[in-house]
Amino acid sequence: MTNLFNYIDRPSPIHRLTGACKLVCLILWSLAAMSSFYTPLLAAMTLASFVLFRTARLKIRDISFMLGVMLVYIVLNNLLIFLFSPTHGVSIYGTETVLFRIAGPYVVTAEQLFYHLNVVLKTVCSIPIVLLFVCTTNPSEFAASLNRIGVSYRVSYAVALALRYIPDIQREYRDISLAQQARGTEMSKKASLVNRLKAASSILIPLILSSMERIETISNAMELRGFGKGKKRTWYSGRKFSPMDVICMAVCALLLALSLTLTYLNGGRYYNPFIR
Amino acid sequence: MEQEVVISFEDFGFQYKAQAEPTLYHIDLQIRKGEKVLIAGPSGCGKSTLAHCVNGLIPNSYPGETTGNLTIGGKNALKLGLFDLSKIVGTVLQDADGQFIGLTVAEDIAFALENDCVPTEEMHRQVERIAELVEVKQVRGHAPHEISGGQKQRVGLGGVMVDQVDILLFDEPLANLDPATGKQAIVLIDEVQKRTGCTVIIIEHRVEDVLYRPVDRVVVMGDGRIQYDGNPDTLLCTDLLQEGGIREPLYVTALKYAGVELMADMRPSRLPELKLSERCKAQVRAWFAKQPPAAAVSQREILLRAERINFTYAGGHHALRGIDAVIHKGEMLSIVGTNGAGKSTFSKVICGFEQPQTGRLELNGTDMAELSIKERADHIGYVMQNPNQMISKVQIFDEVALGLRNRGVPEEEIRPRVEETLKICGLYPFRNWPISALSYGQKKRVTIASILVLRPEMILLDEPTAGQDLRHYTEIMDFLSELNRQGVTVVLITHDMHLMLEYTPRTIVFNAGAVIADRPAAEVLNSPEIVEAAHLKETSLFHLSKICGIDDAVEFTRRFVERDREVRRHD
Repeated sequence: MTNLFNYIDRPSPIHRLTGACKLVCLILWSLAAMSSFYTPLLAAMTLASFVLFRTARLKIRDISFMLGVMLVYIVLNNLLIFLFSPTHGVSIYGTETVLFRIAGPYVVTAEQLFYHLNVVLKTVCSIPIVLLFVCTTNPSEFAASLNRIGVSYRVSYAVALALRYIPDIQREYRDISLAQQARGTEMSKKASLVNRLKAASSILIPLILSSMERIETISNAMELRGFGKGKKRTWYSGRKFSPMDVICMAVCALLLALSLTLTYLNGGRYYNPFIR
Repeated sequence: MEQEVVISFEDFGFQYKAQAEPTLYHIDLQIRKGEKVLIAGPSGCGKSTLAHCVNGLIPNSYPGETTGNLTIGGKNALKLGLFDLSKIVGTVLQDADGQFIGLTVAEDIAFALENDCVPTEEMHRQVERIAELVEVKQVRGHAPHEISGGQKQRVGLGGVMVDQVDILLFDEPLANLDPATGKQAIVLIDEVQKRTGCTVIIIEHRVEDVLYRPVDRVVVMGDGRIQYDGNPDTLLCTDLLQEGGIREPLYVTALKYAGVELMADMRPSRLPELKLSERCKAQVRAWFAKQPPAAAVSQREILLRAERINFTYAGGHHALRGIDAVIHKGEMLSIVGTNGAGKSTFSKVICGFEQPQTGRLELNGTDMAELSIKERADHIGYVMQNPNQMISKVQIFDEVALGLRNRGVPEEEIRPRVEETLKICGLYPFRNWPISALSYGQKKRVTIASILVLRPEMILLDEPTAGQDLRHYTEIMDFLSELNRQGVTVVLITHDMHLMLEYTPRTIVFNAGAVIADRPAAEVLNSPEIVEAAHLKETSLFHLSKICGIDDAVEFTRRFVERDREVRRHD
């Protein structure tokens, strides 16, 4: 059964970190990557992220699906940037080094390519960290982690419940869909788009109805066991920060500080190799 | 010494906000500390409403108007909040899967502690203790879909026991369990009560199964009122259960058919302690001799033949191991076995939802391998357990017509076919109603009608009577027998032993992916090895026939079932 969280249980130093620490690190790391276009820093972060990925003993085939999705995203993102603003790099870096012309406004410049390199690096240096979080955080710990960083426990628990019920709903979807097919609802590519949309609704309605029943049961069960009575709650799978957790978070905080400082010293977000 | 009263209803009444009539009238009921009380009644009698009043869902989640007084633990229950009540009353809901909140067993048990802000270390200690008490320690790291229904219920019980409640309330604890697991659940409830001394209230209509362990008192409800409140032995001497639409223990009914006059001091509520005089035993033997022998089943043509079917799921689970089975034309057949024994997988293979790796399926002598799901559905209709999983239209007519419209049948032909089917299913008067206005049993009929309209030779039903009381059960099963008489082959996947005995002359038993028995239901239930492997339970009729010195327990059961069906048909 596929799951949103692809938790892979292979003991490693990364697995031992608490979920809350990994969540904080993920946020700090992404902020650092987002706020800066300082190419040497981005390159260093990319390298570091690959090293961390190795440390967690994850294998490429564990995450091939998610990797594929992200690759598509990078390609699409860059394609769109180029389509809508082919001279963005020129306006940022202030010079124009034309490599070759395609047609009309579409000119390939060294500045634009360098800008694209930065965009790619920013994404690539974050991907392994996101995957690390997703693959090494026990889903049970996730709600506790969200609550730890200040998200209300009701919202945190809603996320945990979603994780609990996704496999059930997937199973139910499959059963309903088979029963509908037996009554002659065509789901395959043979049917036209309109018919396929109609077919989808014939599955969604029963799915929604039976989910409503489920929601009533679950909300009764939760209230009967005291959910929502206090301002706070504790977590069975919550863990205290270890010294290692604190060190990791401190390193990530320094990274963000470094990224911001570089922007300040550099007098702008962009590292410019063209005017030196 | 008499114990203090922990729950007290005084001239209590309740009416739901959205309803025109009250659901409970003039309830007077006292429950003392440490008592074990069974509250029995048919669906809609108000027993669940009564339970909601005790655990505080009424008036906190289901608003309405109350009259009279309700005191729990010496306090006015209507003034207590849901959370205060949850410290006194622990509720185990009917749907063990639905109330499983945590991602793992341990987290689910810890849920109430988490809400009480118990520190994590302390919580781990308490969860260990409770997991041991309800015997789920081995699986405490497992996710809900990795454990059995019985284990889920244990977790549910553990989850309310961490609160150290004084009162345990079980809302239909047997509804989703197979007979053997249900028996274990009753034993567990008994043991937990003995160890903790708490008050136990069991809401259930399967009286015989609850009485597997002694109860102090039975409260029978009907039409929102208490019809009986007292000792179980006295109750069984009367006809109150039958009249209230609740199934009596089978051995009690059999004794009554034989003309035995029951007295409370014969202990009719406790089969192992039942005191029968020689005269009573002779009466039972005489009744047995007088009953006509059950009719033998005639051989018929083969409709479906499965040969050496093997099926392994993508995950590597070998679900079917060389299944050989036949289904005859016009037969009514039950398929039984534990969860995971392969009976559902087998039905999926028949419907074409899953493709077997090896083996051959034949329908009327031709190979089915090339038939698509849709083509198979023209011959074999599949009815899911939960009608809400099948219904996708707002109007009854459209729902029943869906399969025909999908097959491109012209509209002028659809109308008469749908109307004819609705008549067969007793739904014709409702044809213009929205489905949402129907009862559960009527919805079930709609789903059966939506399959029947395709004129299949055979219908395959998954647990058609799960969670139904005697009246709805009889209604659904009589309807299916009527269809069967009209020539439709009916195959039922079930846990219900009464259903097997009463309606299906032949039973196929699955265990660990193989067929371990294929014979009359009465024989299956008389064979200790099969009963154990398939998580069934021997019927009490076997014990009764042993007590009375009747050797042929199978024939005794058959004759009883024949007689019982006749009696109920006349009602």
